[in-house]
Amino acid sequence: MIEADGLTKRYADKLAVDHLSFTVTPGRVTGFLGPNGAGKSTTMRLILGLDRPTAGSVTVNGRPFSAADNPMREVGALLDAKAIHGGRSAYHHLLCLAQTNDLPARRVGEVLEMVGLTEVARKRSKGFSLGMGQRLGIAAALLGDPKVLMFDEPVNGLDPEGILWIRNLMKALAAEGRTVFVSSHLMSEMQHTADHLLVIGRGRLIADCTVEEFIEQNSEQQVRVRTPDTARMAELVTAAGGRATTDGPRLQIFRLPVERVGDLAFENNIRLHELTALQASLEEAFMELTKEAVEYHAAVPAGAPAIEEAGKVES
Amino acid sequence: MTTTTAAALPPATRRSGLPGALRSEWTKIRSVRSTVYTLATTCVVTIGISVLFAWGQSESTSKQDLADFDPVRMSMFGIVFGQLVIVVIGVMTLSSEYSTNMIRTSLSAMPRRGVVYSAKLLVFTAVALVTGMFCSFTSYFIGQIFFRTVHIRELQGNARHVIAVRDLSTTLSTPHVLRAVIGGGLYLTVSALLAFGLAALLRHTAGAITASIGALFVTFIMTQFLPHDWAAKVDKWVPFLAGSQIWGVRKLGGSDIPMLSPWTGFAMFAAYAAVAIAFGAVLFRRRDA
Repeated sequence: MIEADGLTKRYADKLAVDHLSFTVTPGRVTGFLGPNGAGKSTTMRLILGLDRPTAGSVTVNGRPFSAADNPMREVGALLDAKAIHGGRSAYHHLLCLAQTNDLPARRVGEVLEMVGLTEVARKRSKGFSLGMGQRLGIAAALLGDPKVLMFDEPVNGLDPEGILWIRNLMKALAAEGRTVFVSSHLMSEMQHTADHLLVIGRGRLIADCTVEEFIEQNSEQQVRVRTPDTARMAELVTAAGGRATTDGPRLQIFRLPVERVGDLAFENNIRLHELTALQASLEEAFMELTKEAVEYHAAVPAGAPAIEEAGKVES
Repeated sequence: MTTTTAAALPPATRRSGLPGALRSEWTKIRSVRSTVYTLATTCVVTIGISVLFAWGQSESTSKQDLADFDPVRMSMFGIVFGQLVIVVIGVMTLSSEYSTNMIRTSLSAMPRRGVVYSAKLLVFTAVALVTGMFCSFTSYFIGQIFFRTVHIRELQGNARHVIAVRDLSTTLSTPHVLRAVIGGGLYLTVSALLAFGLAALLRHTAGAITASIGALFVTFIMTQFLPHDWAAKVDKWVPFLAGSQIWGVRKLGGSDIPMLSPWTGFAMFAAYAAVAIAFGAVLFRRRDA
């Protein structure tokens, strides 16, 4: 359980976190979503006491993290996989962490086994790939068998297999009744793992809801058809209360369910070469929601499509 | 591959604190090659230069130098250069945590910063002390072998001829000698601790090494250019000159320039290090990591 109350952090002239209040509850994966620079990492650093809040407070399992009897048994965190001394072997890196909390040395071997790094345990971490570094960071987080786990952008730079592994790990940890708090700037990533979402932008809380609620409120059904008779099809759609835009031989149809579009074509004898249900990507919905809150805007080519096919599995 | 956390940990028996942190810092020091290499380099430089210097002195000492001949300081002269190496370890012990960002991982495992800082300081002090004592005693004993036969030479014509061979070696039981040899190890230790404190203040490897060398070496060199009446007032407070009185049986510095006594001077030197360490501690606890 993580509870933040009016958490605020100001660096010099920049307000990184602005009166954040939220609760992260155990037994589910809570996604912490926001564009880059929104204050996700800062919030996590405040939770761990690495940075001192300008105002407000945050507790872990009812106490400030620094007051925990055995901190590693309370929180395991992966904030930055590169925050290790490259000259030290994976084994010694984990050993020196375990010793601070009087954890048995055999625990190091166990977590190395869990993340699949046993074979490179004696190698210096300097030579590790990004994925191996990420696994080592996760091994460190798991050392104390903690009640709360925090991961900051854990899938960054991982290969598909690694991504899948982390997703399953986070779900399993939550299923064991732990609090799992994971940040990402990618909505699609959260869609695959999170049960609950905290969305922030410019340091402020924008949404605190389940993933289903978020999808429901923020995405729009679309249908794509390919037909030789786009003009007639478009007329029918408009007459039925929908909206259609033409894209060569294709039509993009809004506000009508896919069944209705199919029936319309059938009833009016229009030949269809393609009929696809699309879902406005959550990415797009998320961008819409956080548009105001994005710190740095990049010029985006107009009309860049941000539509993904419903049901398509990303891995 | 399993995704669960396998065998459960045995329940905690006590609150985590200094004992675990000490073991952790010891693991950190011994598990990185650079610290091991730098410690070895400190020994090689200190002992190596000491031996060279002692050999040179034993081969050729002039009559005039006999009066000031300090068989302890002369045998441990490498300390002057060894201090420049041991400060690197003092700095790296702390600054490498910042340069690698390991500090964030360390403080996420043990957020009580006072515990982390104290453990680091204590473990490093022990390592520096063992290294320092090894260097001073080894240098001293090798030096005494050379000083059994000191060749006194005098310029006659174009060459320096040996006019006498004297035994100028000393023993640990001679008054002040043991204090001076231990003092050599202490001097190296405290110079490394000063560097540790500066690293805590600056959190930057190159900056802290530069500052350490500046404090120990450059301030001393600058005294050599001071007018006499200034030198008479200032020199005794300069870290190198204050701290170095302890590792010899004769005063170090110009004969007409007052210096602090061995232990007072060393206390002054230790106080400089203590100030850096104390301010470093305050900042270590207060600053965002």
